[in-house]
Amino acid sequence: MNWRRAISGWGGLAAVFVALLLLCAASISLGAGQMPWAALWNGGEEGERAWRLLMVSRVPRTLALLLAGMALAVAGLIMQMLVRNRFVEPTTAGTVESATLGILVVTLLAPDTPVIGKMLTATAFALAGTLLFLALLRRVPLRTPFIVPLIGLILGGVIHAVTTFMAYRFDLLQSLHAWTTGDFSGVLRGRYELLWIGFALACAAYAAADRYTVAGMGREFAANLGLNHARLTLVGLLIVSAISAVVVVTAGGIPFLGLIVPNAVSLVLGDNMRRAIPWVALLGGVFVLACDIIGRLLIHPYEIPIGTVVGVLGSILFLWLLRTRRNRLG
Amino acid sequence: MAETSIRTAAARPPQAWRLAALGAVALLCAVAFMTLGANGQWSFVIPFRGGKLLAMLLVAYAVAVSSVLFQTITHNRILTPAIMGFDALYLLIQAVVVFGFGQAAATVSHPVAAFLLEVCAMTAFACLLFRWLFSDAVRSLHLMMLVGIVFGLLFRSLSGFVVRLIDPNEFLVLQDRMFANFNSVRVGLLPIAFAAVCAASLLVWRMRRRYDVLALGRDIALNLGVDYRRTLMLTLAAIAVLVSVSTALVGPVTFFGLLVSNLAYQAMGSDRHRHTVPAAALLSVIFLVGGQTLLERVLGLNTTVSVVIEFVGGVMFLVLILRKGRR
Repeated sequence: MNWRRAISGWGGLAAVFVALLLLCAASISLGAGQMPWAALWNGGEEGERAWRLLMVSRVPRTLALLLAGMALAVAGLIMQMLVRNRFVEPTTAGTVESATLGILVVTLLAPDTPVIGKMLTATAFALAGTLLFLALLRRVPLRTPFIVPLIGLILGGVIHAVTTFMAYRFDLLQSLHAWTTGDFSGVLRGRYELLWIGFALACAAYAAADRYTVAGMGREFAANLGLNHARLTLVGLLIVSAISAVVVVTAGGIPFLGLIVPNAVSLVLGDNMRRAIPWVALLGGVFVLACDIIGRLLIHPYEIPIGTVVGVLGSILFLWLLRTRRNRLG
Repeated sequence: MAETSIRTAAARPPQAWRLAALGAVALLCAVAFMTLGANGQWSFVIPFRGGKLLAMLLVAYAVAVSSVLFQTITHNRILTPAIMGFDALYLLIQAVVVFGFGQAAATVSHPVAAFLLEVCAMTAFACLLFRWLFSDAVRSLHLMMLVGIVFGLLFRSLSGFVVRLIDPNEFLVLQDRMFANFNSVRVGLLPIAFAAVCAASLLVWRMRRRYDVLALGRDIALNLGVDYRRTLMLTLAAIAVLVSVSTALVGPVTFFGLLVSNLAYQAMGSDRHRHTVPAAALLSVIFLVGGQTLLERVLGLNTTVSVVIEFVGGVMFLVLILRKGRR
């Protein structure tokens, strides 16, 4: 038990923070183009070029990764509290697939809509899809915890089939692929700022963390303590849907992130959400940055999109979680 | 369960008639596919459409037989090889073979050798995966399905990963293979695919009398003198070959097997394999060939029938889980 106490204190959090900063520095200095650090200080024409590269491409990409990782990890945590199941997160509940459908619909009907309009439509679709998922869950007695992600994954598959059908009809399969596989290689200044909305929503979740901890103990318990459980659920799902929509619009889907990180944290810290959120957010950032750096290094100067890297690592970790955690949940 | 099936069997016409009716509809679909909207030289139309039709027939047969047998050996009617990630495993093996031998060697100069290699690897890995999934450690059905689906996602991501490693520029071309398409069948593989299907069928045919016994459960089957382990492993090998053939020809179809096998059980009202296997195969032909004819020739949609099948099959899977959970 001692090692748990040792790493779960402020010291551990500080260590994660330092790791995050190191990864940020690594992410900024990596890329296909040359950006000598010394040139930044030396000035001159070369220095100007280096600064432009830094501010237009490298810093936005790193920030986007950081914001997306933090927001998605927190979204997963909120969802796990609300559904009271360890294995739900936006990609195992039909949320991300619904958001993708929303983007496709708005692209087909009104191609000139600004990005913020696309994001709002995607949020609405994501919320509707998640509510459908919850409605389905209400119809099954939850004998095992595994039926919840199972239903979510299949629902996501059905929604994705509808999306593929439409995309095939209107020759948008290439765009659809861009939305479904997370890829940060196209992030430049001016194309990622929406992610700050996701970050703000994650902060809002932190402000309401105690309520979600209580909600995680069950509807009756929450009502007994004077909380409006239905409203809390709706607001929580709205936050989750908006975060998913923002990330899908700017970078594409990143599978299982909101599942791996909160589970790893709760193995050590337990289920107090106020304590867990800083950890989940920082580790979410660390995980996403690390995966993106791996994807950039493997076939340099080409890139493997982060959606694929996280898809491999995330599903292996998910399988491992299923093996180790099933006894405690049964 | 047994009582109701006896009662319904007496009330409905015998299974042979139903099979004949299904066969007639399947034949009609095939004829419609060959003739509808054909304006041009028959000497061109017949080989062109015939190749496609043959591929679809092979795929329909392979998916149906592998699904029904898989459900028999796992004693469960919502499991199919595709749901447990076997299709995705084949795609991964295919990508690895291309990675190891180069694009040209694997698809142009030695397609048959590459295919045989893929099938052998597939059989070995499918047996490993099966043993892992159905070991004593994994008891809950829902957990097993979840693990299978996550394995499928892992294999998909891994094959995307391998394809990117091969050549990032080629990725968008190869990505088309990731989902089933009946318009771009690899006709060159037809002879070897046909031979593989025949071999697998022969293997299964020799064990045909054991499956009804096997369906009674492991203990009863052992008691009645079936070599349980051997039958299981041989059947699994045949399933691996069939899955390889269907995935190699058109690509992965996740919920198709689930759809046709469950419809076949409903339509036949019998649990005997001499009824359910042919019925599933015929239904599968009707869905694939009929569906493709309907979409392509009648509705004029340039979409592929597999997407529609995924939708219907996925909804059916949800319904089956919800119904099973409530009972």
